Amino acid sequence: MTVDWRKARNWGFYAGASLVFIAAIGMVEAFDRRPLITPGVSLGLASLLWVPPLFAFIATRRQQLEGFETGKAGVSEVGAGALVGLLSGSMLWLFTALVDATFQTDFNIRDIFPKLGPAMVRLLTFEQGLGTGALIIVLGTVVLGALGAGLHLLPGPLRSGVVQGILWVFAIALTQAIVDDIFDNDTTEFIANALYAPGNGLKIPAAIVIFIVAGGLAWWAATRDTPSIRERLNRMDPADQRRTTMIALVITVVVFAVLPRFLGGILNELLANVGLFILMALGLNIVIGLAGILDLGYVAFFAVGAYGTAVLTSPGSPAFSPELPWWLALPVVILMATAAGLLVGTPVIRMRGDYLAIVTLGFGEIVRLLFLSDWLSANFGGSQGIRQIPGIEWFTGEIRGVDPDRIFYMVAIFVLVAIYVSWRLQYSRVGRAWMAMREDETVAEAMGINTVTAKLLAFIIGAILASFGGAIFAAKVGSVFPNSFELLVSIIILVVVIVGGMGNIPGVMLGAVLLIGVLGGPTQPGLLQEFQEFKLLIYGVLLVVVMLVKPEGLLPSRHRSRELHHEEMSQDAWLTAGVGAQEEEAVAAT
Amino acid sequence: MSILDIKAMSVAFGGLKAVDGVDLHVDEGEIVSVIGPNGAGKTTFFNCITGLVEPDDGEVLFQGENIVGLDPHQVTEIGIGRTFQNVRLFPNMTILENVMVAQHCRTKQGVWGALLQTKRFRDEEAEIRERAIDVLSFFGTRLSGYRHDQPAYVLSYANRRRLEIARAMATQPTLLMLDEPTAGMNPRETKELTGLIGKLRDEWGYAILMIEHDMQVVGRVSDRVAVLDHGVKIAEGLYKDVSNDPYVIEAYLGRPPEDAA
Amino acid sequence: MTATAEKTTSNGARSRLSTNWVDGFLMLIRVAAVLVIATGLVAFVYQSVTGTGGLTGPAFRDLLVAGLAQGAMYGLLALGYSMVYGVLGFINFAHGEVFMSGAVVSFFIANALFNAGWWTDAFLLSLAIVLFSAMLVSTVVAVLIERIAYRPLRSAPRLIPLITSIGVSFFLQNAFFGLFGPAVKNYPPAPAWLTARRSFLGFQIEGTKALVIVVAAVSSVALYFFITRTRTGKAMRAVAEDKEIAALMGINVDRTIVTTFAVGGAMAGVAGLAWAILFRGVSFITGFIPGIKAFTAAVVGGIGNLGGAIGGGVFLGLAESVAPLVVLEPLGVVGVSQLKDAVAFSVLVLVLVFRPQGLFGERLSAEDRV
Repeated sequence: MTVDWRKARNWGFYAGASLVFIAAIGMVEAFDRRPLITPGVSLGLASLLWVPPLFAFIATRRQQLEGFETGKAGVSEVGAGALVGLLSGSMLWLFTALVDATFQTDFNIRDIFPKLGPAMVRLLTFEQGLGTGALIIVLGTVVLGALGAGLHLLPGPLRSGVVQGILWVFAIALTQAIVDDIFDNDTTEFIANALYAPGNGLKIPAAIVIFIVAGGLAWWAATRDTPSIRERLNRMDPADQRRTTMIALVITVVVFAVLPRFLGGILNELLANVGLFILMALGLNIVIGLAGILDLGYVAFFAVGAYGTAVLTSPGSPAFSPELPWWLALPVVILMATAAGLLVGTPVIRMRGDYLAIVTLGFGEIVRLLFLSDWLSANFGGSQGIRQIPGIEWFTGEIRGVDPDRIFYMVAIFVLVAIYVSWRLQYSRVGRAWMAMREDETVAEAMGINTVTAKLLAFIIGAILASFGGAIFAAKVGSVFPNSFELLVSIIILVVVIVGGMGNIPGVMLGAVLLIGVLGGPTQPGLLQEFQEFKLLIYGVLLVVVMLVKPEGLLPSRHRSRELHHEEMSQDAWLTAGVGAQEEEAVAAT
Repeated sequence: MSILDIKAMSVAFGGLKAVDGVDLHVDEGEIVSVIGPNGAGKTTFFNCITGLVEPDDGEVLFQGENIVGLDPHQVTEIGIGRTFQNVRLFPNMTILENVMVAQHCRTKQGVWGALLQTKRFRDEEAEIRERAIDVLSFFGTRLSGYRHDQPAYVLSYANRRRLEIARAMATQPTLLMLDEPTAGMNPRETKELTGLIGKLRDEWGYAILMIEHDMQVVGRVSDRVAVLDHGVKIAEGLYKDVSNDPYVIEAYLGRPPEDAA
Repeated sequence: MTATAEKTTSNGARSRLSTNWVDGFLMLIRVAAVLVIATGLVAFVYQSVTGTGGLTGPAFRDLLVAGLAQGAMYGLLALGYSMVYGVLGFINFAHGEVFMSGAVVSFFIANALFNAGWWTDAFLLSLAIVLFSAMLVSTVVAVLIERIAYRPLRSAPRLIPLITSIGVSFFLQNAFFGLFGPAVKNYPPAPAWLTARRSFLGFQIEGTKALVIVVAAVSSVALYFFITRTRTGKAMRAVAEDKEIAALMGINVDRTIVTTFAVGGAMAGVAGLAWAILFRGVSFITGFIPGIKAFTAAVVGGIGNLGGAIGGGVFLGLAESVAPLVVLEPLGVVGVSQLKDAVAFSVLVLVLVFRPQGLFGERLSAEDRV
């Protein structure tokens, strides 16, 4: 069996195009000042480094056919990997040379591509000039490509050890600010000092230690062939299963209850934001994950929650200002969300799924445009929004955005409510009706399900959860503006739900933690504040890649795990007709 | 007395008359088969009864009440369960869930019951589950035991057909409508299912209206046979009479059954 | 297959017990919409007659022309949505970005031509070059996204490609933001002889708007002949009807789908030029709102129906240009120009509530009709 060289060539071009793209949007330059491992690797360099090995790995991956020997990977794989590296490196160098060439003419390339300049050329050639630079780039990518493809030569456990080791090194290097923050006291400060050169990234010895420890652990775990947690859970009987889940839940709650005490303000703010998005993502999960309704105007309900709270509580509300306390406003907001859910849901109830998506998107935009308009500015303040929104009354005083740890607790309470609601409904008559509707609307209707009420119910419950998010958001920020409710919010929540795993509560939460926590929300910064400028781009790429590669998401729900790859009939009657004849005869006799 | 009484039902798609003035009745405890060549309008006829398609003309009396214009879920609620010609399960729900969800219109617990976990809710859930298990056990071990928690898409074609019947049974119908229940089954499976159809009437007490291509099945279980061709009922009666009717032979039986299936 | 067809219209038989109120609500929306529009119109006529408001004749005619020009642009864009929906059965949400990419990249060509003096000296030639480049870029982008993002999803459930296309749209927007920066790029101004107003059938028409309308008309006629007369066009219609049967008849389905995207992309490129002539300013977000509106136009015209797409575009262009001033302003709504987009979205909602199959009827492939 030989390597598919055409595939290697194609992936080489893809890799090259990706490298050029990453350089051309200015990522390399923007991230250059952020050292990861010192000396040597900056985030800018790292933004290129991952491409050749990954693409080479994919290019040399053998198709797994069940029941066929795939053969051992060999030197030819490494060669193909090197080819991927060679092509991609050459493209990157050619690009650099082209950009450099324009500097000799009076044509200013910055007029078209503002990110391309001498600084980028210097970076990409490692300040060695084009000639030596070419050698470095191409040699580097060839080695990286070969290494990536070489991973196939390693036995499975070792491979996962190496990969995870590298990932952990970069993860810890990237999160320097946070780790520093956590260990920022006299007794534990030495850990941070051992890891990092101050403000300069991971020290090389530390990087090696992390690689060995994390990689070793991963390798060890992989060799032991331990079943995944889910498999183990599935093997237990239901009572044990429930108990284990409860214990895990309690531990999680306790951890999150004490966690904010140890975290700084920035991290608590981050946690609160993540929580807010978990809340809304859980709501959208009911609508899209369970009921199968692609609602792209979900932000409208968030807006209704936020503006409802603002109008009801703020003394600064222009027209109507009852100045209710937050907790009294909440029931009214729930009613408003219900009404909004009905108002949006009813006209679209009989539409085809894709029409519904665009119409709900239209509704979302109409809501924002109305809040923004001069026409209603007498009521909602137009582009000025509504300010002076008071905090949330609590026994110990008012909770406001300035104390993020208490906001976090507040959010956590509502997240718990949302989890409970999602979980209970999912395994009830209502949830089953939703799922049936998601699978096949016509048949669901023919099996006695009133799809009109089922759909509206999904809309309303989703709307209420989103309005909780809006109500907390309003109190947290202290003011609401129409710009906080752009389509972007809907899309980001959609990405969270889809990347995490549609229809699965832990999946959706994981999605929010990874995306909102690491990259950040529409306006909220994440852990990696450096990525701010490229956040939306990454969201777009993620959405496409997940849809193409793993449409069921990172943590799929129990049954959806194979849904989108299915159509297998594992034991078709025609195939087993000869073999299982006696067994079937016996059954027929009973 | 007849459970189902269809009077002069007609429906047209564009210019094509899919069902043209068909009369048919099904009595209590009776098995009536509808046969006819492909494209004769049999499935459309079924869809008209169950509310998926609204007939242009005619009446459908179910237990004396006209049900034309009801939504499909209401038709199910008043006691008509059905299966589909091109097996339409809920593929990503488990086998048990497929049957549980079909009891939707027989149960009432809503959001509050689920959220508060009231005793009524828990009792009803247990009842739904029990009944689902009971219905599935009708097919022996094929859909029972470890199968309960498997997603429906892993099932073989024949088992999918069985699960569809189980799902229709779970709606607790008085009239069961089967659309080609044995299509795609091998001869042994067909034979077995034929026996089960008889049991559905004798033990479960359903009246059955079924579309079927396999003449052996039709001959063995039907009390009465109606023949559709080009949307028109061209014959009705006992199988042996109908199968000797010259019009029917011309329209349908002139071809060997293998071709028709 | 005669399986479950959509519910046909009621023949006055018994009412549907539990869903009655949904129909009632929809009727309420219909009645309310008609009432609002009628009241607005009456108020408009009254105010115009009494001179207390409303519009003067020339101002109204200007609105019509502006709406027509913009509607022609929407129509060109709507063709892309309609063709892809007809063939693949999904909404290519990224089509607006296909349009944007042509308009943005061609700006640099136009600018270079302007600096070289061609834009002023040989305007029509320059325009042809810019048109060609816009069509080329848009076509390439459309074909690329089909190849990379949509082809692997051919058999996936229909919401999957829609979600993917949202991702593609997001990616393209931000990629253009990253590559070309956030600044709005203004095309060089059209020469004076073109911008001048000329009278035509009692209308005072700006040359630029006339040009857009002519360009749109010519390209849609060309498209019509392409679809009805050429082999490729016939193959496209066959694939739209039934992919499997078309494949059995020896049609290369993959290539036909690529052609569909390419033609849609080319039309989006023409629309990009129209945008440049009408508004001059382009940036990475230029594609979003026109994209949604063009989709609305495609739905209004009946999706899959290409003549309908053009008609829907013109309808939407006129509605959003005229309705704010003729319906909303007389009702005392202030700042109506801000509500232009809201009007367009409302048209979408209302059309789907009134006539889900669009004004001119949809043409869907066999599997979508089921």
